[in-house]
Amino acid sequence: MRVERDMKKDMIEVESLIKKYGEITAVNGISFDVGEGEIFGLIGPNGAGKTTTLRVLSTLLKITGGEVKIAGKDLEKEPEKIRKMISYLPEDAGAYKNLTGREYLAFMAKFFDGSNGTDKIVKKGVEIADLGERIEDKVDTYSKGMKRRLLVGRALMIDPKLAILDEPTSGLDVINAREVRQLIKKYATGGTTILLSSHNMLEVDFLCERISLIDDGVIVESGRPKRLKEKHGAENIEEVFTKVVR
Amino acid sequence: MSLMNITKKEIKELLTPSTFVPIVVIALLFASMGNIMGGMMEEGEEKPVVGVINEDNGKYSEMAMLVLKDNAEIVYNGSDMQGGIDEVTKNGGSAVLRIPGNFSYNIDNNIPGTIEVVWIMRGVGLMDSISSSVVEGVIQNINTYISHDLVEEKTGMEPHHLQNPTAKEETIMFKGKEMVGINPSTLGGMLSSQSIMLPIVTMMLIMMAGGAIISSMGMEKEDKTLETLLTLPIKRSSIVTGKLIGAATVGLLMAVIYMLGYGYYMQSLQTAELNLADYGLGLGISDYVLVGISLFLALIAGLALSLLLGTFAKNYKSAQTLLFPVTALAIIPMFVFMFTDIGNLPLLFRGVMYAIPFSHPIIAMRSLMFGDYQIVIGGILYSAIFSMVMIGIVVWIFNSDRLITGKIGKKESILEKLSR
Repeated sequence: MRVERDMKKDMIEVESLIKKYGEITAVNGISFDVGEGEIFGLIGPNGAGKTTTLRVLSTLLKITGGEVKIAGKDLEKEPEKIRKMISYLPEDAGAYKNLTGREYLAFMAKFFDGSNGTDKIVKKGVEIADLGERIEDKVDTYSKGMKRRLLVGRALMIDPKLAILDEPTSGLDVINAREVRQLIKKYATGGTTILLSSHNMLEVDFLCERISLIDDGVIVESGRPKRLKEKHGAENIEEVFTKVVR
Repeated sequence: MSLMNITKKEIKELLTPSTFVPIVVIALLFASMGNIMGGMMEEGEEKPVVGVINEDNGKYSEMAMLVLKDNAEIVYNGSDMQGGIDEVTKNGGSAVLRIPGNFSYNIDNNIPGTIEVVWIMRGVGLMDSISSSVVEGVIQNINTYISHDLVEEKTGMEPHHLQNPTAKEETIMFKGKEMVGINPSTLGGMLSSQSIMLPIVTMMLIMMAGGAIISSMGMEKEDKTLETLLTLPIKRSSIVTGKLIGAATVGLLMAVIYMLGYGYYMQSLQTAELNLADYGLGLGISDYVLVGISLFLALIAGLALSLLLGTFAKNYKSAQTLLFPVTALAIIPMFVFMFTDIGNLPLLFRGVMYAIPFSHPIIAMRSLMFGDYQIVIGGILYSAIFSMVMIGIVVWIFNSDRLITGKIGKKESILEKLSR
C-alpha cells in the first residue's frame, strides 16, 4: 500500500518484502518508500512485524522475498555499503558495560572514521547523550534512561543518512523523551532520514510525516497522521490504530 | 583499524577484576603452597634439635653419640629427663633421646640396645611431623653405624660388600633409543614434570581463553550489544577475528599468571635436576618451535570451537554451561597423557585422542624427544584444518540470521536446549 508524499529522492524503497522464520511468516509482502530527510513511522501491535522489518532494513536479517533498496543500493547485494550509511538503534539495546560512556562512543565512532575525525564524532555523541560528568563513568553504573540517551547519542552522532530507531524513547522519562524527540526532528531537518517504530502514539503523531500501520505482517493503513485521523473520524492516532486493527 | 578497534574492546571487556582476580588468587595460592613445600624440604635438610641423656659408658653408646653429634644439634646433654624436655622445648626441638646404662652390654650379648625417645609434638599438620622423621633418620644412622662395626668385628669382612654382594648395570630400550645407566622409574621421574606441566598448560590455556570468548558472546547477547555490532560497517569475519584475538590475548595472559604460580609450586617439589639431553631426549630450538606452533593451533582450535558454542548462548549464564564440552575436551587428554602415552592406548581411544585437537601439543612434545616428526607435523596440519573449519562455520553463522533469531534449522538442537 503506497501513500502520497512530497517529491523527495527515495532513501528507502521496500517492494513486496517477505520475511519468514521457518514456517512462520513475520512480514508478508509489505511495500513502502521513505524520502530523504523524512520521518516515517511503523506502528503496530506486538508481533505485527515492525521489529522484523527494521532488522531487515538494518541488514541484520536476510530477506525471504521481495526487494529492498536503501539510497539506491540493493540490500541483498551491497549490505556492507549500506552499513556505512545507516545507524540502527534496537529496542532494549545495551552498551558494553565495562566501558565508560565516552569509551563506548569512541569505540563506535572508530568504525565510521578511523582517522582524525573520531574526536568530532565523539564530541557530538557526548553532546547528544547529555550525561554531564557521568559520561566518564562505566556504562554498568547507568540507569536505563541514561543508557538510552547514550545509545541515542551513538545512533545520531555519525550523521547517518538513515537512522533506524526501534522505540527510540523507550525507558526515558517524559522530559528526556521529549528532548530525544526534538533531537530526532532536528536531525531530520538536517537531512537524516528517520525510520522509527513506536508504541507511543503521541510520539508518532508529533514526529512522523507519514506512518504505516502494520498488523500480522501486512500494512493495513498508511498516510499522513492528519489525513488518517480525518479519514477514520478519529481524534488521535491511537483511535485510528484501534479502529484499523480491530 | 576496525579489527584493532574490536580487539581492544574485547580485551577491555574481558579483562575485568571479576575475571582476573580469581586467577591471580589461584596463582598466589599455588605460589604459597610452593613456599610451604620449599620450607618443608629445607626443614628436612636441617639438623634436628634434640636432647640426649647418655647413661651408658660403653663402646656402642660412644658410637651413637658420634653419629648424633654429626647429624643433630644437641641442646641438652645431661641426666635429667625433665630438664632435657624443657631445654629441647625451649629450643624448638623435637625429641629427647635416652641411652640406658645397658645399651652396649645388651648389644654385645645379642640383645637389641634400646634407645628411648620422648617426642615433643607441637601439632598434627604435615609440617609438624617433618622434624620427627629427621630424628628417625638419625636413629637409623646410629643403627647402620653400629651394624657395620659389628659385621666387621664378627666376620672380618667389608660390611658394604656383605650387604650388597651384587650390582646392576641398566639400559633402557625405548622407541628405538638406547639409554644407558638409567631405569624406567628414574626416566619416568625425569619426564614427570613435563608429563604433568604441558598437559596442564594446554588445559588451562584452552579453558581460560575458551571461557573468555564464550563469556564475550554471552555478554553480547545479555547486554543486547550484538544487534548494534552487526549493523556496523565492519566485516563479520573481522568481528570473529577480533573476538578470537581478544580472547586469545586475555586467555594467554590468564594462563601465564596461573602457570607462574603453578610452576613455582612444581619447582618446589623437584629435588634433583637431571639433564634429559644426556640420554638423547633433549629438544632443540626447532623442536620447541614445533611444540609452540602445535600449542598455538590448539588454542585457536579451542577458541573457534568455543566461539561456535558461544553463538548458541542466550546470556552470560548459559554461556558458562556451553563451555562444558570444551572443558571436557581439554581435561580428557590431560588426564590420559598424564598416565600413559598415545601408543599404549587401544585403537579406538587412540583415534579419539587424535581427533581432539588439544591432544596434539602433548603428543608433539613426547614425539619430538624420540624424533617422530611425522606425527607432529600431522597433528599441526589437523589442528590447522580443524581451526579453519570451525572459523568458517562461525563466520557463516555470523553472516546468517542465526545470531539474531537463535535458530539454525526447524528442529531445536541439543545446544539450543542447553543454552536456555
